[in-house]
Amino acid sequence: MTERRDFLSGAWDSVPTLPANVPFGFVAGAAAVQAGFSDLQAVAMSALIFGGASQLAAIDLLDSGSPLVIVVLTAVVVNLRYVMYSAAIAPYFQEFRSKWRLFASQFIVDTTFAIAVTEYERDPETDRLAYWLGVCATIYLGYVLGTAAGVVVGDAVPDGLQLDFAVPLLFLALLVPSITDEATGIAAAVGGFVAVAAAGLPMNVGIVVAALLGITAGALADVAEVGA
Amino acid sequence: MRLWLVVLAAAAGTYALRVSFVTLFGRVDDVPSRVKRALAFVPPAVLAALVLPELVLYGDGLSVSLSNDRLVAGLVAAGVAWKTEDMLATVVVGMGALYVLSLVP
Repeated sequence: MTERRDFLSGAWDSVPTLPANVPFGFVAGAAAVQAGFSDLQAVAMSALIFGGASQLAAIDLLDSGSPLVIVVLTAVVVNLRYVMYSAAIAPYFQEFRSKWRLFASQFIVDTTFAIAVTEYERDPETDRLAYWLGVCATIYLGYVLGTAAGVVVGDAVPDGLQLDFAVPLLFLALLVPSITDEATGIAAAVGGFVAVAAAGLPMNVGIVVAALLGITAGALADVAEVGA
Repeated sequence: MRLWLVVLAAAAGTYALRVSFVTLFGRVDDVPSRVKRALAFVPPAVLAALVLPELVLYGDGLSVSLSNDRLVAGLVAAGVAWKTEDMLATVVVGMGALYVLSLVP
């Protein structure tokens, strides 16, 4: 049964994300209850939005009394990068039946995207839907259960553990292997430096601008390489 | 009630972003190869944009020196990621490096 095998290998390949992913959920849950969310609302936030950075941004703004429109807009802007993942993963999802495409899309985040695309590129024989569902089972459940734990424990997390640092480390572990040649290196360099330079821009819009410029720079370098 | 509104609206907006191209591409037969090539640059550009500010920005300013524990721990972790391509090892060594550095006065 290749479906079953590919589901399990997706679930297993995603286990290394848990040490970063579960604490991220935990932080989102703890922050939400501290900001006045009910237990159910805090867990629903992770289950429905499923985007830690945007949840933390939204909680932060709610805490400082921002209007609801700004809170929601900010959460969505922080998640704008999912449009790029949606575009990048769409060719692989094309073979799914449309209701599975709609379902599978809910679980697009940095890690599920990066792990699945790596596998799809490595082995074209993989059952893509089964593998995707396996990846998402581990990452989604880990994140939502982490949130539930954060809701229960609430304020008792010691800051000294600096668990928030696990998040950039996880992105770093995905970033390094994604740099395979000069053009991808240029994309990363431009993306990184512009993000630093644009960090002062409101609503995390700097990340989106940086990513778009990085992609453009990579594509231009690619064209130049091919043309030379 | 207010909070439910935020959760549901943000979730709906985020879902629209996620599903956007997945449904669009379902309707067209072929993804242009130039678009496919450009999309290969999404992971390095986005991931670098997420990581670098976390390592070099401290408080309100830029901090590029050996006294920035997160930068040093990040560089160590990048080395591990490059050598092993193992996520768990990268996270564990990076967190360990941060703890060790925070003990050094």
